[in-house]
Amino acid sequence: MRSELELYIHIPFCVKKCAYCDFLSGPASAGRIDEYVQALAAEVHSYKNMAEKYEVSTIFLGGGTPSILSGEQTRFIMNIVNEVFTIRKEAEVTIEANPGTVTKEKLKEYKGAGINRISFGLQSANNDELRMLGRIHTFEQFLESYELARKEGFSNINVDLISAIPKQTPESWAMSLQRVIDLKPEHISAYSLIVEEGTPFALMYGEGGTGEKELPSEEEERYMYQRTEEMLDKAGYCHYEISNYAKKGYECRHNIGYWERKEYLGLGLGASSFLKVKESDVSPGGTMDVRFNNTCIMEEYLAEGDKPDVIRRNIEQLTIQEQMEEFIFLGLRKIEGISESDFCRQFGADIRECYGKNIEKVIERGLLQRDKGRLKLTEKGIDVSNYVFGEILFNNIRQI
Amino acid sequence: MAGIDQSKIRNFCIIAHIDHGKSTLADRIIEKTGLLTSREMQSQVLDNMELERERGITIKAQSVRIVYKAKDGEEYIFNLIDTPGHVDFNYEVSRSLAACDGAILVVDAAQGVEAQTLANVYLALDHDLDVMPVINKIDLPSADPERVIEEIEDVIGIEAEDAPRISAKTGINIEDVLEQIVEKIPAPMGDAEAPLQALIFDSVYDSYKGVIVFCRIKEGRVKKGTTIQMMATKAKAEVVEVGYFGAGQFIPCEELSAGMVGYITASLKNVKDTRVGDTITDAARPCSEPLPGYKKVQSMVYCGMYPADGAKYQDLRDALEKLRLNDAALQFEPETSIALGFGFRCGFLGLLHLEIIQERLEREYNLDLVTTAPGVIYKVYKTNGDVIELTNPSNLPDPAEIDYMEEPMVKAEIMVTSEFIGAIMDLCQERRGIYQGMEYIEESRAVLRYQLPLNEIIYDFFDALKSRSRGYASFDYEMSGYEKSKLVKLDILINKEEVDALSFIVFEESAYERGRKMCEKLKEEIPRQLFEIPIQAAIGSKIIARETVKAMRKDVLAKCYGGDISRKRKLLEKQKEGKKRMRQVGNVEIPQKAFMSVLKLDDK
Repeated sequence: MRSELELYIHIPFCVKKCAYCDFLSGPASAGRIDEYVQALAAEVHSYKNMAEKYEVSTIFLGGGTPSILSGEQTRFIMNIVNEVFTIRKEAEVTIEANPGTVTKEKLKEYKGAGINRISFGLQSANNDELRMLGRIHTFEQFLESYELARKEGFSNINVDLISAIPKQTPESWAMSLQRVIDLKPEHISAYSLIVEEGTPFALMYGEGGTGEKELPSEEEERYMYQRTEEMLDKAGYCHYEISNYAKKGYECRHNIGYWERKEYLGLGLGASSFLKVKESDVSPGGTMDVRFNNTCIMEEYLAEGDKPDVIRRNIEQLTIQEQMEEFIFLGLRKIEGISESDFCRQFGADIRECYGKNIEKVIERGLLQRDKGRLKLTEKGIDVSNYVFGEILFNNIRQI
Repeated sequence: MAGIDQSKIRNFCIIAHIDHGKSTLADRIIEKTGLLTSREMQSQVLDNMELERERGITIKAQSVRIVYKAKDGEEYIFNLIDTPGHVDFNYEVSRSLAACDGAILVVDAAQGVEAQTLANVYLALDHDLDVMPVINKIDLPSADPERVIEEIEDVIGIEAEDAPRISAKTGINIEDVLEQIVEKIPAPMGDAEAPLQALIFDSVYDSYKGVIVFCRIKEGRVKKGTTIQMMATKAKAEVVEVGYFGAGQFIPCEELSAGMVGYITASLKNVKDTRVGDTITDAARPCSEPLPGYKKVQSMVYCGMYPADGAKYQDLRDALEKLRLNDAALQFEPETSIALGFGFRCGFLGLLHLEIIQERLEREYNLDLVTTAPGVIYKVYKTNGDVIELTNPSNLPDPAEIDYMEEPMVKAEIMVTSEFIGAIMDLCQERRGIYQGMEYIEESRAVLRYQLPLNEIIYDFFDALKSRSRGYASFDYEMSGYEKSKLVKLDILINKEEVDALSFIVFEESAYERGRKMCEKLKEEIPRQLFEIPIQAAIGSKIIARETVKAMRKDVLAKCYGGDISRKRKLLEKQKEGKKRMRQVGNVEIPQKAFMSVLKLDDK
């Protein structure tokens, strides 16, 4: 039987880099983009043998701004993917799109290429805030793109929003959120801004930056987060991961795969993969969890994209302990949390024996709860989830 | 080797104020006598501890034997013993001096006589050594050798007119130094036929050879097979090997006889049997009495040292024992802290000594340590007539039982150029110094004399001195007994719990200020936790300062997708490493470095 595989395809181009963005992406000439599409096609081809063992359940075209590609380019890539891989009929196929870069023609091509989900990077419904973030579009342009997508028959749409941006108030945030709710998208991702190192935002708003005080305080930020949950709950969205909300049945299957440690193959510049490599020689029937990413250097990728072994970087083979750690810190990102019996099934060990004491301690402190064989973060636990993960996984400090 | 003529041996050391070029001159002498080619020379051959090279200071005395062909056509054997320059290591200096017959005094041609120059000369004269001055760094633009020679004659009172004017750095006139060693340093005068009498001036532990004893043979001879006896510990052992010191290596030889400096390895297993300062004799033909040896050194500064990982307690003990083997000034005894568990209360000669030991434990023995604030020994006079020598603040009796307390004082001599006299006087004033006088050595330089409490100088006095005099002031001190003082114990409460390892004794009038700064510092050091953490400073039950570490409201990663997972796992790994360096006191996690906070109170 074929194993399930998710595909991530990275398009590292955008019209203009946003001030807060730390993704591997940037503007490029039409010629460069064309070269890249060719290299990507070559990389997909190179997986022909491996593809035979798998059946693809989700595809995600992420970026950058994948919608910067022309309709034909998108279709070209998708055609090759379809040639090489076996794709399930009911597969979820998402493309990220920036308002202002989608046209009716492109949307038609997407449909034809089997894309059935669009994720719009709106970020805010307030034009002042959009400008502050360095976005290229206005809210009105987003509305146009959104309506266009609906007209073309896309019935699974996500809208990305960012809260806690500089100078934002809980009121302006609630207003953005309400405007989006009114559009009734199937899915909403609401992220708290992360001031990433090395971005223009870090200089402005990072530690010691002149604008540091313009960022909402931790209290305001958490208030916005709680308000988000309340408003979306009322509007019929289910909170299913720290930053993700969806109408019933529209949870993003691709992303859930990451948190449930399903295998995924990253294609394109810098894309990350997670594979359970068969290791029949070493341990009969066993597998070995491996993470790696493609080179982040464009020249290398363009030259040798068709040789997966040559462009792989940071190859990590996970120890059992690391696998357990991932199971916990990824699984607990989901609001439904992790199942104790799943842990046992995957590792042949009782989670209570491995982390029992620490788990009980965080439960006692009201950060985690146990419910019908599942462990999940409490509301308070979500706010300080990094801390909770640390407490569960590593709390063996000296106590006298 | 048996027939070495004593008149061809010169045993000497080099003494100098710190930075006047002692180690560089030693290097140059070694190079000139051809022991090593300059290509083989690693700069500062004798400073072979990693730490010594890094800091540019000599901590341990080192010895090397070299052969010099003098202008008279004869070959001479030089035993050069390098000595530490810092005031904390005077004890090491005095051990090395006991093995010598003369001393080269290096004086910087620009800076002239400094506090340590004097202190070292007096030490050498105490040991009846002939002192031979050398003027170094004549290549400096600011060099003024004639003035410095005059200064040596005036201030120290030794003949310096024909002192070699050299640059150890560039190698100018090193020949003169070598010739003068032959002329001016006396040859040893022992009787090789007399019963063996050898002074242990150092020892090291080698995992293959066991204890290696460094000694100066005063009388008699010793070779492989001799059964030796330690006169103080009475331990007997058969000699396995004797030899002398090459550059960075031990070179075995047939025999060591009167006048020679070398090493002995014997079937000694126990580190404690060889005590520096003890006399070795021949068990079959013992000498009538031991050599004078050294006075026992008194530790001045104490602190608690704890292994970060409690399981490493025994390792820490072993490491301390090995270090004490050739550092008699290091003292330690076990103690327990509520916050830190099992560890040792350690005594040191000064703060630099403490830092060096701490770094050696961490580097050479791979130990991760938590060190508490250093303190001095206070005398506590109780109302019932008992007197306690207090080295750990936690052991201070209830105030009701205390009649009064005394603290150790020092007499400090600070040499400073006249423009900084005001600034340095202010500093001494702030540190509760009592002015005792001032003398001008020359027009632009003076010696300031102060009486200061030791606990005011153990932290950062030296740094403050350097910064307020732009590096020009130098400083030396000697103990001058105890004086009555108004002292209190300052306790630190974290989340309402007293943390014993953070308590310290402080002058009553400084308590408020210190307590406030301590709370501020701890606020910076203690990471936010899920609840608010009050940090309080208290004297008895009275709170004198308070700060609060605000509760952590948010620690969450908004996004974690396919490309973020490895990075996230690594962040968690880091968190884990950080956790290892935490101590839990009550509910609160305290990082190790917080226990050193008191040292950094004056950091800006």
